[in-house]
Amino acid sequence: MAINVRIPTALRALTGEAAVVPAEGKTVGEVIRHLGARFAGIGPRICDETGKVRRFVNLYLNDEDVRFLKNLDTPVKEGDEISIVPAIAGGGGLVARQ
Amino acid sequence: MFVKGLKCRECGKVYPRDLVYVCGDCFGPLEIDYDYDAIRRVLTRRAVASRPPTMWRYAELLPLDGPPAVGVRVGCTPLLPAPRLARAWGCREIWIKNDAVQYPTLSFKDRVVAVAISKALEFGMETVGCASTGNLANSVAALAAQAGLEAYVLIPADLEQGKVINSLVYGAHVVGVEGQYDDVNRLCAEIADRFGWGIVNVNLRPFYAEGSKSMGYEIFEDLGWRTPRNVVCPMAGGSLICKLRKAEQECRALGLLESDAPPVKYFGAQAAGCNPIVEMVKQRRDFVRPQRARTIAKSLAIGNPADGYYAYKTMTESGGGADDVTDEEVVAAMRELAESEGIFTETAGGVTVGVARKLVAAGRIPRDESLALCITGNGLKTQEALSGVLRVERVIRPNLGEFERLVGERPADRRLQIAAR
Repeated sequence: MAINVRIPTALRALTGEAAVVPAEGKTVGEVIRHLGARFAGIGPRICDETGKVRRFVNLYLNDEDVRFLKNLDTPVKEGDEISIVPAIAGGGGLVARQ
Repeated sequence: MFVKGLKCRECGKVYPRDLVYVCGDCFGPLEIDYDYDAIRRVLTRRAVASRPPTMWRYAELLPLDGPPAVGVRVGCTPLLPAPRLARAWGCREIWIKNDAVQYPTLSFKDRVVAVAISKALEFGMETVGCASTGNLANSVAALAAQAGLEAYVLIPADLEQGKVINSLVYGAHVVGVEGQYDDVNRLCAEIADRFGWGIVNVNLRPFYAEGSKSMGYEIFEDLGWRTPRNVVCPMAGGSLICKLRKAEQECRALGLLESDAPPVKYFGAQAAGCNPIVEMVKQRRDFVRPQRARTIAKSLAIGNPADGYYAYKTMTESGGGADDVTDEEVVAAMRELAESEGIFTETAGGVTVGVARKLVAAGRIPRDESLALCITGNGLKTQEALSGVLRVERVIRPNLGEFERLVGERPADRRLQIAAR
């Protein structure tokens, strides 16, 4: 089932500048893994080596923070939207480049 | 020059010394990476003692390339014993670190802004700004004026009048924003991105936040390089409590502290109407659940604190804790501090004192252990909190008889005694 994922500015270089991309899965975790398989480099920016969502990355299912749902195990259904929002000093903004 | 670069607090990735504040790999916040080996060779107790009484006596531990351009006289506020408060609470030893008399804008924010604006000048910036609940705005406005920089300070539109006037007077652009601090903060992150200005608590944050450490250094130095066993400090974004502990760790690692100085337990204070970090500690949850703030302690009304996670770690790892107080308790505590120690603090100070009282009463802070309270702002800025509670008892005519009736008894006639001397 296709879920729309909103990509933050800081990660759009990895999605060919697409702000919204469709991805497949039955849970938030599956959708994120599918996204990582489609766009090289995006997976490690969202999850750490152990597969946990990075502390300063927020994932929202529709408008709810998934930490208050079932994290990556939160089920998703047709028409849901996942947003990836880096918590940068409480908002969006510049990201250090190497 | 003791700054090697910046380092991600999450993944440890290092960055060169530059205007960066978020890790490009994991989005974690960056922190200054010092050359402590070099610092250890020059920053001795004797060196510190030989310098003027300002926060710059610890310059090696602050992230400037040269001497500060503004805020040269910030720091070294009084550390005062509070014997009457200690007696009232049954405590052995209470100290008040009184940043209500910080220079020039009467709050601890002068410490962080002195660093941030001096740094903005080093970066060649011409405009600075901030997202603020009031005190920070005052300090940015004043120190930007000292620096000759243009300043845009963004605040929630419903702030106390004292805090608004105290920004406007310096010629800063004061922008009231509909919504809460968290909305203002998000807007400022976008402004920093779009305009390239130095927003002190956004893109200058790694540098800015280091200024808070000076409050810790001063407490330890004033105690003869010893530590208070317990510290209570207010939490808004949660940065100060982290930086106080960092100051302790640095002083210990540099050999400045007495070797048997006990580790400090850090306790954080919030208002019950905005307690996201206290909730984390009480529920043992290491992430923030954002809140909409409703409290008279507006300077602490941050519903989505940027350093919530690190503040949580600071309190739990040090064996400290957290608690909150109602607005009524805030007002009562402001009065208690004023009536017992002659210190008029703002609502945030009322939160600190009220929470400390509660923690002592509950036995969380043992009465036989030393305690330091961080008073971070001045009561003259938040008079609204008391104007409904305090009023002049009665107006009289200029007549001794009326005054005697007001006092309620006729004192013994002292005129003869004076004449007899």
